[in-house]
Amino acid sequence: MFKGLSRNDLILLVGFTAFVLLMPIILKPVGAAYPALMQKFCIFGIFAIGFNILFGLTGYLSFGHAAFLGVGSYAAVWSFKLFTMNIIPAIFLSLFFAAIFAVVIGYVSLRRSGIYFSILTLAFAQMCYNLAYSVLTPLTNGETGLQLTLRDPRWIDAMFHEPGAGLPRATLFGLDTSGGGLGGFYLCAVILIICFYISMRIFRSPFGMMLRAIKSNQNRMRYTGFNTRPYLLAAFVISGMYAGLAGSLMAATDPLAGAERMQWTASGEVVLMTILGGVGTLVGPVVGAAVIKYFENIFSSFGPDTLHGVFSFLPDTIEDALVSFLSLFVGEGWNLTLGVIFVLLVIFMPGGIIEGLRRLWVIFTRKRDGGDAIPAATHPQPAE
Amino acid sequence: MSEKNIVLHVADVHKRFGGLHALADVDLQVEEGTVHAIIGPNGAGKSTLLNVCVGRIKPDQGQVVFAGEALNNHQPHEINQLGVSRVFQTPEIFADLSLLENVMIPAFAKRDGAFRFNASAPVSTQKDIREKAEAALEDVGLLNRRNVEAGSLSRGDKRRLELAMCLVQNPRLLLLDEPTAGMSRHDTNSTIDLLKRIKSRGMTKVIIEHDMHVVFSLADKISVLAQGRIIADGTPEAVRANPKVKEAYLGEEQT
Repeated sequence: MFKGLSRNDLILLVGFTAFVLLMPIILKPVGAAYPALMQKFCIFGIFAIGFNILFGLTGYLSFGHAAFLGVGSYAAVWSFKLFTMNIIPAIFLSLFFAAIFAVVIGYVSLRRSGIYFSILTLAFAQMCYNLAYSVLTPLTNGETGLQLTLRDPRWIDAMFHEPGAGLPRATLFGLDTSGGGLGGFYLCAVILIICFYISMRIFRSPFGMMLRAIKSNQNRMRYTGFNTRPYLLAAFVISGMYAGLAGSLMAATDPLAGAERMQWTASGEVVLMTILGGVGTLVGPVVGAAVIKYFENIFSSFGPDTLHGVFSFLPDTIEDALVSFLSLFVGEGWNLTLGVIFVLLVIFMPGGIIEGLRRLWVIFTRKRDGGDAIPAATHPQPAE
Repeated sequence: MSEKNIVLHVADVHKRFGGLHALADVDLQVEEGTVHAIIGPNGAGKSTLLNVCVGRIKPDQGQVVFAGEALNNHQPHEINQLGVSRVFQTPEIFADLSLLENVMIPAFAKRDGAFRFNASAPVSTQKDIREKAEAALEDVGLLNRRNVEAGSLSRGDKRRLELAMCLVQNPRLLLLDEPTAGMSRHDTNSTIDLLKRIKSRGMTKVIIEHDMHVVFSLADKISVLAQGRIIADGTPEAVRANPKVKEAYLGEEQT
């Protein structure tokens, strides 16, 4: 199973696994060790890993991946409503529907490259959003979002036991995953590790090498005898399925689905996560996802009151001015902070967090060897 | 024409770009196993002719027949799969990949070109492909730099890398668009030596070149293209003696 992976890859895999499984302990000091947040890290980590398979390897920037996330969520909730609260069928159904959507959207969008590809994916995602928000209300429950009700048939569950009072919870053969406890977190963590492993295999495989070659020079690839379209479509569908899986885990940890999951801001967020962490690196997207979700959690909970608390040592006039300025950047406006961080990062650390750490590492080790030059950062390549 | 096996037949090809008649009634036959040089002044349509051969440009009229198969409706990758590889005028390589990867990818093309979800065995376990790629890098003298990123190579080395990428496919027909342009005299000579060495493998080559030194040391046959027409065709000696050629080309631009 691990044949052919280099020693470094195995170390990375083991380290990653250990870190993810031990997050409840490791993240205690930074105040992020509660399940609801950690499972967000995992879910968005999966989303970003999948996105990176498309964007990082082929250079095709999709602006519509949230559509697959939403499709995954809706499919999972329907599975809960119609069949069973067990999450296994829900996950498979999500993967299936996300794959179908990805095949259709990818087939059309991949006829173009560069900015036109991005616009096409964005257009498709907005179409999906509008379908979910209004047109397909019977299927998606529109604005309210799709939720479990007491009148759901749940045919498979009904065969085995009488429905209890109140809404049931999503389970994995008895393990409660939607209760906000560690069950949901460990489910997401294990799936994240599997997803990471699969992505590593893809990165190291001939298939991954072909994708990188397409990113580097698609023209040469064609004159080398490769039909690039099916390769791109395969990458697109795989990354769409990752997004669908992330969507279904959202539903598994909180059984509802809303159209806002498909909005373009959600698509943009995964782009930010991937770039922030490091495009085309293995761990970068997960790091980016965790960092964004962590800071979102902190900054969005700040309000003017918290700020007044922080700056209470200042004279009143300065305090009020400062607070009214800074409160633009917290709470609802935390995206403004994200924007600032993002701008700084793209300018000063174009390879993302992982590239930045690598450069620091090089500086650190070179100093000891008495070396001088720092290799230039590999700048992210624009698509075609 | 002799009874030799014609591997590439460009039959009465016309191509216009707006008002420019880039190729006018070009008819060219390339025999299997020969080195066929196409020369001509700038703008004569040499590169257009190669582009037509690899499917980059569709001819307005006429057709290109490779090994008995008309190429008009083939995609570039299909033409490559039939056995035509091409070296471009400006090297087309995978700049972000290592030299070894650059040459391994073409070696995969025969098997995986149409599409293969080849993700079970990592690249590092593909011994046979790796050995092929290393042999091709050895041929062009770049083996010791196999792990270098291709984008960091000099222009001349990029050309040699691209040549290795074509050689590893062992194509039936190799198209070379000015393989020595921008090379030093030393590099040019080593490229000539290399091309002479691989000549013995029976690979047919069509070569576009400005450097007459290269042309006359390699070519078995020469066609002269001027203003989109073939004005002379034959052995190097015959072409050299042809007064029309002297007028159109050799007289004004001999290097």
